[in-house]
Amino acid sequence: MDSRQNIKRLLTLGLILLSCLVLFFAQGFLSSFNIRILNLAAIFVILGASMNLVLGFTGMFSLGHAGFMCVGAYVSAILTMSPASKELIYYMEPIIPPLANVHWPVFPAIVMAGVVAAFFGFLIGFPALRLRDDYLAIATLGFGEIIRIIVTNTITITNGSLGLKDIPSIKSLWIYWGFAIATIWILKQLINSSWGYAFKAIRDNEIAAEAMGIDVFKHKLLSFTVGAFFAGLAGALMGHLITSVDPTMFRFLFTFQILLIIVLGGLGSLTGSVIAGVVVTVSMEFLRFVEQPINLFGLIIPGIPGMRMVIFSLLLLMVILFYRQGLMGTREFNWDWILDKLGVARRKERGVA
Amino acid sequence: MELYLQTLANGISLGSLYALIAIGYTMVYGILRLINFAHADLLMVAGYIAFYGIMVFALPWWFSFLIAIALTALLGVSIEKIAYRPLRNAPRISVLISAIGVSFLLENLGIVAIGARPKSFPRPEELVWNIKLGDISFLSLTVIIPIVTLLLLVAVTYMVNKTKTGTAMRAVSRDFETASLMAVDVNKVVSTTFLVGSSLAAVGGILYSLQYPQIDPLMGVFPGLKCFIAAVMGGIGSIPGAMLGGFILGMGEVFLVAFMPELSGYRDAFAFVILIFILLFKPTGILGENVVEKV
Repeated sequence: MDSRQNIKRLLTLGLILLSCLVLFFAQGFLSSFNIRILNLAAIFVILGASMNLVLGFTGMFSLGHAGFMCVGAYVSAILTMSPASKELIYYMEPIIPPLANVHWPVFPAIVMAGVVAAFFGFLIGFPALRLRDDYLAIATLGFGEIIRIIVTNTITITNGSLGLKDIPSIKSLWIYWGFAIATIWILKQLINSSWGYAFKAIRDNEIAAEAMGIDVFKHKLLSFTVGAFFAGLAGALMGHLITSVDPTMFRFLFTFQILLIIVLGGLGSLTGSVIAGVVVTVSMEFLRFVEQPINLFGLIIPGIPGMRMVIFSLLLLMVILFYRQGLMGTREFNWDWILDKLGVARRKERGVA
Repeated sequence: MELYLQTLANGISLGSLYALIAIGYTMVYGILRLINFAHADLLMVAGYIAFYGIMVFALPWWFSFLIAIALTALLGVSIEKIAYRPLRNAPRISVLISAIGVSFLLENLGIVAIGARPKSFPRPEELVWNIKLGDISFLSLTVIIPIVTLLLLVAVTYMVNKTKTGTAMRAVSRDFETASLMAVDVNKVVSTTFLVGSSLAAVGGILYSLQYPQIDPLMGVFPGLKCFIAAVMGGIGSIPGAMLGGFILGMGEVFLVAFMPELSGYRDAFAFVILIFILLFKPTGILGENVVEKV
């Protein structure tokens, strides 16, 4: 057994323990507002990683993420709300009978939200993935809008523009970060499998990939559907975090924020998406102060609503214009790099068996 | 019958507005192969400049409109110089991201600078009045918009097909490199394209604000998307195609709302559904050319 392998295994174990410890203390000592921000960060990590799979690893410019989130949020909300509160909330028009009495536990509902979103992704991907680049972008953007408009208009299922309230609340960091870590792990396995190599081949050159015998359409559809699954999952979590959903929530703004995260983190790096997901979400909350009046030594500066998004759009432009690879490029976090830096020798390269 | 005529008039008016804006998309796409997401926001910029010209600086309406067109055109050219030109040899996804970034920046700068609350756009009396024809009455705009559009379309078509600049534009849209080998100044041609496209967007934005006199920082988003769809429908890169697509889309939308009111909630989805069908069955659009990607 290679000693380096052992070191790496120990380090990974240590990291898992450390993150559990951090979560434990965060759960115990942080204020509920800060926990909420961390939960939001977990959701954006899931969103960033899943969109990165589609855009960064497979090279498909899909802008429909907000639409899939919308589907997921509604599915989980409708499944988990109690029949009593459904009766209260659907006062304009009652909900259709089969849905009125379902009352699922939270966990299967969230997974179901992902499955339904994936099904939508499959349906949409089937026609749309024949398109490329800009056409795909505009078509998926269109699908995202169509989903939103349908949700607004199917009142007996979704309560229309009034939205849903009283969704069972989840506050625990463990659940959000548990889902986030599971997402990253699954995506990492997928990307390092032969499927993942095919995705990257398609991204780098579609025609060459096809010539090498890769079924381009099948792989694109897989990537898109998996992306939609996790977007639905994240949407469901979002619903449980803020306990209410309405169709205007899932506007293009969401997709933009996710785009910002993956560009910042590096197109094609899960590590980058995780880092940027946390940094963007936290700084988004931190920067709230620029939109509120500031009292600076008696000088009152009025808050400017919308300023945060100006800052973030400028940031996106700067990164894409001057530092296109983002934070991580296509590199990933790995122990080898750290061990090399620390001077732990690789045995095999020295020729010792 | 009256309803029919009324709807037809509205359809022509909205259709020509869409056609005007769609040309800007199609010209830019034809040359750079890029969806200029910021094009939609130029409508808003033009609307607001005109608004401030009239309401704050008390300029005559025509002068304020001229200034709005000039400044918007300038903005369009600068956007290309700053955000698109450095990425000309980058992967296409980067340029698209940059375009989305610019669009978002403009919208949010709009919110920061002028607030998210809608403002009511002034309608000059010389330009907007009621016309009564028998039993139907309509705004003068219903006539003015198609006339302005027609004039501009003739001008643009002439420019693209008959002038030297137009020839250069067509050459660049065919083949970037060969055109530059033939001593065509590619950068100048691209700038001219943005100048023309953005001016058309500005005119479109002003007419749009007159027709629907409520302006807000996000007013350009939906008309912009629809006009892009119109351009795709007609065959992107083709100017007559953009006009045709604009008319079909505008007409279709107005008729849908007038004759199937129960579907009017789906008004904005209508355009996307059409787009998806077009892309699936005839991705090159009605008048587009078939281009096969080679290795």
